[in-house]
Amino acid sequence: MFLPSVFPTYAWHHEYFCAQRSCQTIPLHTTEAETQSKDVLDTGTQTDTQDQINQTLSLGRDPSDFPGLLGFLRGVEDLVILELEKNSKSHAFDGFEVNWEDQNKTVSCTYRLQHPKAHERHLQVTSVSWNCTGSVVACGFGRMDDGDWSNEKSYVSTWNLDRQNVNTKQPDVDIDVSTPVMCLCFHPLLPSVVAGGLYSGEVVVWDTTRTQDPILAQTGMSADTHREPVYQVNWVLGTRRGEYMVLSAGSGGRVLLWTVDGAKAKLILSSGYALIQQQLPQSGTTRGSATIGVTSLALSPWDLDTFLVGSEGGLVLKCSFSSEMVATVPPDGESVTLRAPMQFSFSPRGGPIHSVHFSPFHRNLFISVGTDGMAHLHSVLQPHPLMSLRVSDSYGFGVRWSPTRPLVFATVTGQGLVHMFDLGRRSSRPVATIDQNTGGQASYCLEFNPKHTNLMAVGNADGSVNIWQLSGELTEQGAKEMAMLDQLANEVAD
Amino acid sequence: MAEVEDTLKRIQSQTGVIGTIVVNAEGIPIRTTLDNSTTVQYAGLLHQLTMKARSTVRDIDPQNDLTFLRIRSKKHEIMVAPDKEYLLIVIQSPN
Repeated sequence: MFLPSVFPTYAWHHEYFCAQRSCQTIPLHTTEAETQSKDVLDTGTQTDTQDQINQTLSLGRDPSDFPGLLGFLRGVEDLVILELEKNSKSHAFDGFEVNWEDQNKTVSCTYRLQHPKAHERHLQVTSVSWNCTGSVVACGFGRMDDGDWSNEKSYVSTWNLDRQNVNTKQPDVDIDVSTPVMCLCFHPLLPSVVAGGLYSGEVVVWDTTRTQDPILAQTGMSADTHREPVYQVNWVLGTRRGEYMVLSAGSGGRVLLWTVDGAKAKLILSSGYALIQQQLPQSGTTRGSATIGVTSLALSPWDLDTFLVGSEGGLVLKCSFSSEMVATVPPDGESVTLRAPMQFSFSPRGGPIHSVHFSPFHRNLFISVGTDGMAHLHSVLQPHPLMSLRVSDSYGFGVRWSPTRPLVFATVTGQGLVHMFDLGRRSSRPVATIDQNTGGQASYCLEFNPKHTNLMAVGNADGSVNIWQLSGELTEQGAKEMAMLDQLANEVAD
Repeated sequence: MAEVEDTLKRIQSQTGVIGTIVVNAEGIPIRTTLDNSTTVQYAGLLHQLTMKARSTVRDIDPQNDLTFLRIRSKKHEIMVAPDKEYLLIVIQSPN
């Protein structure tokens, strides 16, 4: 067999092409700079300890340790007593006032707070409350014009007005609430704790510092809870020292006192009161066991046992926490026996009493406003009003005494106006009327700032809260005001 | 030495008197009808003010001297009777 012979040829050597290339980065620029602060300042501060008081007092020592003391006192006694006597009879300074600083002559709106989501949904501001430091204002959103049973979502919002940049369109704290909020009240000592009453009858205590779950305690839905909207919540000093309890009142005719159990996040019913037509004091007619729906409640700053209740039917009642009379209501699963607190009934009015407030300067005086558009000044000792003033042609929704001027009170009305009255003027016309530009919508609530007493918060139906700075005239106490208030309180009503 | 107490009682019983304090030359209170912290505050501040008032009077006229100091405020009238060793401070509410 023939095998073809194959001779492959291999090219063992190829020619290589070489070329030279070079590459170089741009030189790096470096610079050096130095910085140095020029001045250094150190300061220290230290408060004196309490022990120092003992060193600066030598009260316990015998008078004989002080030679010449008796001689000195003998020498000055006559002169001092003479001057004290003269001074107590002197009228030299009557009506004399010093202008130390430029008085704020105008009333101005410092902030107009609005919640964007609530504004979009046309929610109304039903309540405002200042916290104990006077920095934070809380407002509750709900509806006053809608009588329907509602499960609409709502909000509790707070703004800190002492911050550098207050964003009036964005609250600092914004708590979602499942039903409309009817009333709010900050704790008297804890600046972040606020109690609220809801349209569903629940009472809730929130802690605004807790971002995850702000609910500190709530009544939940139990047999003890209000079954109808809660119109007023307040903090009341409890029987245990330093412990505050929550007082709530609503249109169901119940006034309930709750202890806050923070561990279980529950409000536990401690005592309850029921208001029944039948048990009205001085009532001749018995109209069955109809309950008296509570629309407003006021606590006395002087007498911790007394509170006032304003009702849907136009009654104003003086009530006592210590009442032992059992309320004649059929038991409805409540865990405590309901008592009848009513002691005294003031002359009835035509229409719901939306707001009642005790005078901070006189233990017997209080003022109330209602849908009849009248403000009645009452002494708790007399059934008939001492004075009645027309505050509005429409409804009067809120009334508060000035915290600094004994004769001045402010009311908010159904037309969105704030009227300030000065009882010292002996005139039935307001000394100041503040137009809030609510476009004719009502204002429901007002509250004076407890610390910065020239500030007043007003909540409106258009979903805004206005913070008003009042003028010196409306906030500076005059010379004879207390005496005039006493005189007014001692007048006998016709 | 009950006479000292009697004198102070007589002054304290005058119309509208809220408090009476006796202070020594160092500004330390030795008798008072007020509580301790209020007394210390009044004594310290009024001692300083009285010394300042006295030096003002004497700077204006070296022959002159302070005999009595009265301060009228919105709420009170404070009277200070000075002496080389003691001050008597009386706080009165007018009207």
